[in-house]
Amino acid sequence: MTVAAEQVSTASGAPRGSLRRSRPRYGELAIQAVLLLAALVSIGTTVGIVYSLIPPTIDFFRQVSFAEFFTGGSWAPLFEPPTYGFLPLLAGTLVITAIAVLVAVPLGLLAAIYLSEYARPGLRKTFKPLLEILAGIPTVVYGFFALAFVTPLLRGVWPVGEGPAIFNGLAAGIVMGVMIIPTVASLSEDAMAAVPQSLRDGAFALGSTKMVVSLRVVVPAALSGIVAAFVLGISRAIGETMIVTIASGISTEVNWNPLQAMQTMTAFIAQAGSGDIPVQSFDYKTVFAVAAVLFVITFLINALSIRLVRKYREVYE
Amino acid sequence: MTSPAEVGIPPRDERAVRLGPTRRRPAEVLFHGLLLTSLIIGLIFLVTLLVYVVARGWPRLDARLWENFNSIRRPERAGAQAAIFGTIWVMGLTALLCLPTGILAAIYMEEYADKTKWWNRAIELNLQNLAAVPSIVYGILGLGIIARQFGLGTSIITAAITLSLLVLPVVVVASREAIRAVPSTIRDGSLALGATKWQTIWKQILPAAIPGIATGSILALSRAIGEAAPLLLLGAVTFVAFNPDSLTSAYTVLPIQIYDWIRQSREEFQVLAAAAIVILLAILLLMNSVAIYIRNRYQKRW
Amino acid sequence: MKLQRHGLVAGLLASALLLAACGGDDNTTGSGSGGQQAQLSGAVKVDGSSTVAPLTTAAAEFFAEQQSKVRVTVGTSGTGGGFEKFCNGETDVSDASRPIKDEEIAACKAKNIAYSELVVANDALTVVVNKDNTWAECLTTDQLKKMWEPDSKVTSWNQVDPKFPNEPLKLFGPGTDSGTFDYFTDEINGKEGASRKDYQPSEDDNVIVTGVSGSKGGLGYFGYTYFEENQDKLTAVKVDGGSGCVEPSAATVQDGTYKPLARPLFIYPSVSAMKRPEVAAFVDYYVANDGKIAEDAKYVPLNEEQRTKLTTELASLKSKAGS
Repeated sequence: MTVAAEQVSTASGAPRGSLRRSRPRYGELAIQAVLLLAALVSIGTTVGIVYSLIPPTIDFFRQVSFAEFFTGGSWAPLFEPPTYGFLPLLAGTLVITAIAVLVAVPLGLLAAIYLSEYARPGLRKTFKPLLEILAGIPTVVYGFFALAFVTPLLRGVWPVGEGPAIFNGLAAGIVMGVMIIPTVASLSEDAMAAVPQSLRDGAFALGSTKMVVSLRVVVPAALSGIVAAFVLGISRAIGETMIVTIASGISTEVNWNPLQAMQTMTAFIAQAGSGDIPVQSFDYKTVFAVAAVLFVITFLINALSIRLVRKYREVYE
Repeated sequence: MTSPAEVGIPPRDERAVRLGPTRRRPAEVLFHGLLLTSLIIGLIFLVTLLVYVVARGWPRLDARLWENFNSIRRPERAGAQAAIFGTIWVMGLTALLCLPTGILAAIYMEEYADKTKWWNRAIELNLQNLAAVPSIVYGILGLGIIARQFGLGTSIITAAITLSLLVLPVVVVASREAIRAVPSTIRDGSLALGATKWQTIWKQILPAAIPGIATGSILALSRAIGEAAPLLLLGAVTFVAFNPDSLTSAYTVLPIQIYDWIRQSREEFQVLAAAAIVILLAILLLMNSVAIYIRNRYQKRW
Repeated sequence: MKLQRHGLVAGLLASALLLAACGGDDNTTGSGSGGQQAQLSGAVKVDGSSTVAPLTTAAAEFFAEQQSKVRVTVGTSGTGGGFEKFCNGETDVSDASRPIKDEEIAACKAKNIAYSELVVANDALTVVVNKDNTWAECLTTDQLKKMWEPDSKVTSWNQVDPKFPNEPLKLFGPGTDSGTFDYFTDEINGKEGASRKDYQPSEDDNVIVTGVSGSKGGLGYFGYTYFEENQDKLTAVKVDGGSGCVEPSAATVQDGTYKPLARPLFIYPSVSAMKRPEVAAFVDYYVANDGKIAEDAKYVPLNEEQRTKLTTELASLKSKAGS
């Protein structure tokens, strides 16, 4: 189709519009710059975090050797003489995280299987938001619940021996586990939903029951997503602060018994950072050193989780 | 239209051969029960928590709670007005700081960023990492850089900046999803009519994405006002018996007030803590209901 | 349709800010020359010891009844932390559960922060035991040291004194963050922070109360306030500091016989802060009503000699500020 010459020419004969822009649109460039700046705020945040952590941590490790920190069994930075063994905080974090994961992964996974494979769509629509509510409750509320309800309950029904102390790791771990259930359940369910229906249909056609299909077909197919959910759950448990600060207490020695008080890295940072330590002193640098270790640990776990998620997303797309 | 008989399929009553077991295996029933139980356990926990908190805080759920300020001397006179207004202020300031930044960043990442360039991939990766950093580390950032280096001290603006950085990834992710959901036909049509890229975004894509963005923003804000950990390090646990009056004012927020009351030794403060928790949960419920309402009412079906 | 959506989000934000504006006070700057009757405004920043904080908080609450527009904030960064901020010019008054140290004096001098030391109340560090504990009516400081010193291996009462029964010793006490811990360890063990580590620490004195009242062999220590509030659950131990067994009480603290666990509590207002009328009014009020404040916060009020000294100190501080 030809365009008549008089329609695209001006009176002087030069073509009227041009297909190439004669000058760049500065407004658009300016806007693009502003948008890029906004996106760079997140980079600024990471830089800021690293920048605020590094100098005090370096100062700290100038005075406390790596060996003492990573192998010492007594964390008493404010006692005389101070000891800077990190193991009690590590032990506390490990025990409480383990309890939380023991609660969250089975319950979360089974709930996800139910929602994904068994529940009618109507049921799914009601239960999913309810489970999400669990994730939306502020952690300080969970901490209160752990200290004021769960601990007395445990102490009341404990069958043998002395039972949990007023501050104990068990109540904190249990409550933390329930808090993480939505994370595990939601991510596992997404993973299971991504499994193609043809796999299920094939198994049903071969005569499998629903349980067999769920456990032997869907779960293995969604496994890397489920593992990603598990790892993310661990990461959230390690980073959680308020529940443990309120309910699990203080401990200077390595303690593997969840019925007694134990202290996690986050609880130490909260306790020491909010309270009575002179801010420029060496003692304050212990807060930054522990925060640095915490940051590195969660960073590594998160990197692992991202790789797993990417792995499971690739398989079926 | 052929009938089954023509094709050779026997009539229905002759096909009464069951393909599966005639009774349900006990293992199946047990498994189904186990799954349902797992789901119910989580919900029972939730219900128990809510009931307990309301019951415990019931004696103090009256006007004193929002009319009065905190009092350590006379717990019967203590109220959470400073915390409630502090929460509202913090929510407002955080929204002002975080929402524009997050939405603009999302627009950049969805519409402008060339995904092959390394710096854009770095931004993506960075955002994912930030979402997993423990909230208390954000407090360290706030303390080390914002409060001290920038000299803003332990004031309400420091809290707002710190919380904005904390929930920024949530806003960005939600906004990106919303923008991505707008079909490319809208984009293409607008560009074909001669609109510039920004005109397309501003006049076509953003308006279409607003419900999703609004929902995500509200969820981010509700996360921000429930946070206590970063604010612990920012000196929020002081006795504050007044509402904030300027950007550099001292302040307290509901989660911090709750934490403070939990730590008091007297029983009356535990009741107060429970009552304040009820208020906090009510605020969050309101916000999330608004988010759900917006999503259901305004969500465009493409 | 577009307007509706924009309007909804804008409306939410606007109403939030409106609520905030309605609730906040207006920003009138205070009258400089008005007397104490005039309504002052402004902020008074206090920070420091968590032991003194209940006193200052009580003072702030009473003060607010008279001067509702003055914003007094009370932080609890600890005695040392408070001084650090104070000598950096960040706070107006520092709460302290011990006198200012030499290095802190130097720091204040370096930044030209002049101040006064005002004793506003006394505290009795109380050692408590279970109500069923009939044997430890009186403990000497040596016995306490034996129980609490670093690396102490004492696990039962008869190791403290062979006359005591063989009851397991369960120790409870404040955490290392508290001024009470600092003071107790300093007085009993000779060095601040020196303590055995295997006791049950808690920042919540309630836990100490529950712990000690729940174990027959329990022993704990905290400020006199908490004992007064829980007298039905616990027994206070008489302490023998070398001159006989003395029971903690307001009287024994005021006359100085409850040794060595009686201590004065201080506030340090800076001279430059005192030049501001709202700070001067607050400190005035604090001193004028220190008896009422101490009783309300359940600390031990000052004795006559301390009161006289306080009035003199305050007068000299005001004259320094007035000049």
